Amino acid sequence: MPNSATAGGFLLVLAIVLPVAGVLLSVALGGRQAERIALIMMPAGLAVAVAIAAGVWRSHSVLQYFVGGWDPPLGIAFRADGLSSVMIVTAALLICGIGLFARTQFPTPRGAETRTSLVFWTLLLAVWGALNAVFIGGDLFNLYVALELLAFAAVPLVCLDGRAETLAAALRYLLFALLGSILYLLGTVLLYGAYGTLDIVLLSSRIRAEPVAWASVSLMTAGLLAKAALYPLHLWLPPAHAGAPAPASAILSGLVIKAPFFLVVRLWFDVMPRLPEHVAAQVLGALGAAAIIFGSVVALRQARLKLLIAYSTVAQIGYLFLMFPLATGPWAADAFSGGIMQALSHAFAKAAMFLSAGLIAESLGHDRIAGLSGAARALPVTFLALGLGGLSLMGLPPSGGFAAKWLLMKASIEAGQWVWAVVMAAGGLLAGGYLYRVLAPALSGESPQLKKAPARSRESVALALALVALLLAFAPPSFFTFLQIGRPAAGVALQ
Amino acid sequence: MSSATLYGLCGAVLVGLGLFGLIVHPQLLRKILAFNLIGSGVFLVFGVVARRGAAAGFGGDPVPQALVITGLVVAFAATALVVALLLRLFEQTGQVTLRSDG
Repeated sequence: MPNSATAGGFLLVLAIVLPVAGVLLSVALGGRQAERIALIMMPAGLAVAVAIAAGVWRSHSVLQYFVGGWDPPLGIAFRADGLSSVMIVTAALLICGIGLFARTQFPTPRGAETRTSLVFWTLLLAVWGALNAVFIGGDLFNLYVALELLAFAAVPLVCLDGRAETLAAALRYLLFALLGSILYLLGTVLLYGAYGTLDIVLLSSRIRAEPVAWASVSLMTAGLLAKAALYPLHLWLPPAHAGAPAPASAILSGLVIKAPFFLVVRLWFDVMPRLPEHVAAQVLGALGAAAIIFGSVVALRQARLKLLIAYSTVAQIGYLFLMFPLATGPWAADAFSGGIMQALSHAFAKAAMFLSAGLIAESLGHDRIAGLSGAARALPVTFLALGLGGLSLMGLPPSGGFAAKWLLMKASIEAGQWVWAVVMAAGGLLAGGYLYRVLAPALSGESPQLKKAPARSRESVALALALVALLLAFAPPSFFTFLQIGRPAAGVALQ
Repeated sequence: MSSATLYGLCGAVLVGLGLFGLIVHPQLLRKILAFNLIGSGVFLVFGVVARRGAAAGFGGDPVPQALVITGLVVAFAATALVVALLLRLFEQTGQVTLRSDG
């Protein structure tokens, strides 16, 4: 890796500075401008994200920027490899889509300022800035700060309506997040004490298989798992994600939980690529498998649509962690691609589903599954988006979820670790079961009376996001090569 | 036992106590205090690491101290946010735990 800032490095700074500038402007100018500022930042941020990805694509190497011109270990590096640029583009697309969807829900007030409008648009940009900081951070302590920013921006989104239940859900979320980040910080300080650097690239060359490395990486991983809501640390997720307003749920479930997962990947694949970690990786895989089964079974028993979707998130997070036990061996590249593909397709599919669930709840005035009979006749486009998102969750072709599960299954069979393939198949069946519970009654029976019809534009946003989740199935092989840009020797070093 | 080891052990004890409190106590205010106790333990470990001068090889390493200052600010902000949420919860429901909401 070149030891200097690369040409497109300033783009990485823009990816953080633009949303943060938007936050500051919104706070300074107040609720009447917040929506406008967010709407200006959205295309600008999307352009920066695409430019970053294009830069990585063209140069076929990592984009790099050193803050203040100081090289690590003293300075702080921003780096965008193939994986981070894909995540940045995903975040930008989702934020733009969700922002467009949220315009009718959090409109700029004509008269007196309302708090929810100001807070939603400001926090939307804050989440975006923090996500980008997580995706391009090259320094473990900087990543800690980015994670905390993300939590502080995400938690108030849960309790935007200020009801007691959502306040309690937000508090529980925040406590888990704080515990997670303090464990992460403890791991960081131990790593610094042992190796004298927090820069990911320098650290990966210095780290050795010894107790201090194990202790710190375990602490950091445990902290990140609490934030990513991997079973059994998922307790905070369902009330928080189901209680938030639909656009906020889509951000939380689609994007926010991907940040800690992304850092676990960074930690295991980039910081310590050469450490043999068979047992620990099997533990992560086992937790993931437990999450798939538990989340899906509990989702089957939910009475409310949003809670069902939230529990399905618990299950889908499980798939993400199946890539770790498969990360050693010739099938490692498949497992890696599968895990990342799952993160991407789940982001789009789950956002689409939460947005559709929001539309359904608004149109019917409730989101009880028992009361959905015939609803698909009245809301065909909304249910199409919900169903297509569900297709990806089940892992049926053609969908990003299918591509992800296919790659992971292939890797697990090649590795001779059949148990993961069985769990994935069971998870797919269970997902089919809980989606059937929603779709079957909705497609039959009399069309119910709608309280109000959803806006066509909002339905199209949900549908577009679901379609992106499907289109991911057609990702060409060059996309997976792109994901490997900047990986230490493309996963081979893991052996 | 060197002073660095002693400080390190103190940090470990603080983290342990805090972790215990955070998990065991149902009252949110105690959980918040316990979180701050863990934070203090971690910051103490930062101090030990700085004293050892791990990075540059000289007596005191300034980097962990810079990190501690940032960490303190973050922990302070976190505490303020939790307390604000807790106050709102108390105003609305009169409860100070997360138990009864189910």
